[in-house]
Amino acid sequence: MAVAGEARLPAGSASGGWLARVPPALWVLALLALLMPAFANNFILFQVFGWTFILGMIALSLMFLAGYGGMVSLIQMTVAGLAGYLVAILGPSGTEQVSLGLPWWINIPAAVLIATFFGTLVGALAVRTEGIYTIMITLAIAAAFFYFTRQNYTIFNGYSGFSLVVPPQLFGIDWRQPVAFYYLTLGCALLSYAAVVYVARSPFGLALQGVRDNARRMAALGYNVVWHRILAYGFAAVIASFGGILLVWQNAQIAPGTAGLPAVIDILVIAVVGGLRHPVGPFIGAFIYVLLSSFAPDILQALGLAPDRFKLIVGIGFLAVVYFSPDGVLGLWERAMARRRNRTDPLTGLPR
Amino acid sequence: MAALARANPIVVLLAGLLVAALLWLIIAPWPPGVTGVMGPKRVFLAAILSGITLGALYFLVASGFTLIFGLMRNVNLAHGSLYLLGGYIGFEVADRTGSWLLAFPVVFIIVAALGVVLQYVVFRRMEGEELRQTLVTIGLSIVIADLLLWIWGGKSYQILTPDFLSGPMDLPLITAVRSDGAAVYLRYPRVRIWILIAAVVVGVAMWLVINRTRIGMLIRAGVDDREMLAASGLPIQLVFVLVFAFGAGLAGVGGIVGGTFQSISPGEDTRFLLASLVVVIVGGMGSIPGAALGALIIGLAEQIGLVYAPTYSVVFTFLIMAAVLAFRPQGLLGARR
Repeated sequence: MAVAGEARLPAGSASGGWLARVPPALWVLALLALLMPAFANNFILFQVFGWTFILGMIALSLMFLAGYGGMVSLIQMTVAGLAGYLVAILGPSGTEQVSLGLPWWINIPAAVLIATFFGTLVGALAVRTEGIYTIMITLAIAAAFFYFTRQNYTIFNGYSGFSLVVPPQLFGIDWRQPVAFYYLTLGCALLSYAAVVYVARSPFGLALQGVRDNARRMAALGYNVVWHRILAYGFAAVIASFGGILLVWQNAQIAPGTAGLPAVIDILVIAVVGGLRHPVGPFIGAFIYVLLSSFAPDILQALGLAPDRFKLIVGIGFLAVVYFSPDGVLGLWERAMARRRNRTDPLTGLPR
Repeated sequence: MAALARANPIVVLLAGLLVAALLWLIIAPWPPGVTGVMGPKRVFLAAILSGITLGALYFLVASGFTLIFGLMRNVNLAHGSLYLLGGYIGFEVADRTGSWLLAFPVVFIIVAALGVVLQYVVFRRMEGEELRQTLVTIGLSIVIADLLLWIWGGKSYQILTPDFLSGPMDLPLITAVRSDGAAVYLRYPRVRIWILIAAVVVGVAMWLVINRTRIGMLIRAGVDDREMLAASGLPIQLVFVLVFAFGAGLAGVGGIVGGTFQSISPGEDTRFLLASLVVVIVGGMGSIPGAALGALIIGLAEQIGLVYAPTYSVVFTFLIMAAVLAFRPQGLLGARR
């Protein structure tokens, strides 16, 4: 699958500044997102949108690596899981014999730092290989992490993991209340989205896309190909770690299954179904995934099937997307728009 | 061998000493000092043998994977699903007919046929598109795993060992010496020994076919330069289908073997996919001897780790893989590309 990147450069300081260049549809979307708590119930806010933003962030880190760096890494969910574990281990949790109970301003930065270090280290191993080998190696490391957390009781508390991991009470707000959590995840998702868009247009991001398109040429131009790739892993790991911490707070617990192989594959499914060409893709994919997993049991029951065939639906849907539209839902959308444009006569510009 | 010894004598000397020490540990009765450090010799020998037999099973599954990848650059992440499917079908056949041996040809043919379908429907249409193949086969493995769960449920099944293979057998390996001077020999499940022998036979047969026959020549030529072989007018697509069918069938047969000396349950598919991945990464992509060596190393590391450091046995496997990647990214016996 050709993962074409966003080659557009900022259009310079044209008239009206950047605010005027934001399309109106985006304004409507932003307003809708901000006012969502006014008309959505708690389940929609917490379970549907909270989860969408979290999964979207983790999938976004994969999209960054795959879309801009050309490296499909399956380690992102593991990095997220490690960050979540570290918050539970370093901070307070219900499993008091393991948790250290450090205050939030130590445990959150420490968790992000260590998880980022881990993600970068795995990246340093993975960049020694290319293409399909990267997938295999990251998959193998992800699985090793899963089995290790399941067997290790002294640090990761084995099968049962950690429970009662909740966000700190900051500014007198319980951040696990649906409305507060909605805004927290929305804010984090927007920040990481903006960060990815910014980095993709920065010199580093442009060089990374150059490395993706032709590593040998970039090396000949004097760019350090390996370090660009490793740094990309590091940047993606930061986003994934924040996603992982939010994920733990949402579930209030973490266990080996959180970063198990099905979860790892789910992140890939989300990113691919959404589309790897634009940072909004992962969020679209996450929204579809969350909707499916929240409402699939009801739909399946209505169709007369057992409600636990959810995975089958997801699998077949994923298969259909990658078989027919390798660039995901976004690709479908782009092709539909292109068809609409092509309906005009190229000579006269008039509709045919 | 001699050239290798001349090139880096220290490494060869160390490896030779290591092998000698290992052989001594396996053959000689242990003095009390060694027993004090490492526990009874029976446990050590059992770990070694389980490692070797597990390696044999890994080899059966991984050799198909590496053959398919080496020849066609096809990334079949549904390989574990083929293993699991083979295990379930093997259970059904053995359970209904009462014949363990009959399960092997039946499973081989069914799973190989599925492999042919996969090659025609999926891989032939996406030749060269590795990422898309990966994604499609991941999707397939999700769907197959759920279908299998639907049909056979979450229970774990064990395929019964046939009478002529059940029970233990004495091996000519001394575990201890009684006070009256009589040696105690190691008793080990007969079925595992026979599976080991079968895996060796399969491995040697594969090596012979690949290195000594005409079709093997075609396969080797395909591994080296696919386009050139196709341009020579040889029926390369036929070779592809045959190899894919054989590799898939081998994975299915591996399912019967795994179901006999371990058990089959949901989740085994990812376990064996992962084992195959690690084995071929360590051994080298596309190399049959590499798969054998990798399977042996991973099987031994897993079982010895399980006995002497249960918490960290997974980490050993992972560390071996990381070390191989760091120092020899193409795998121990892989060709440099």
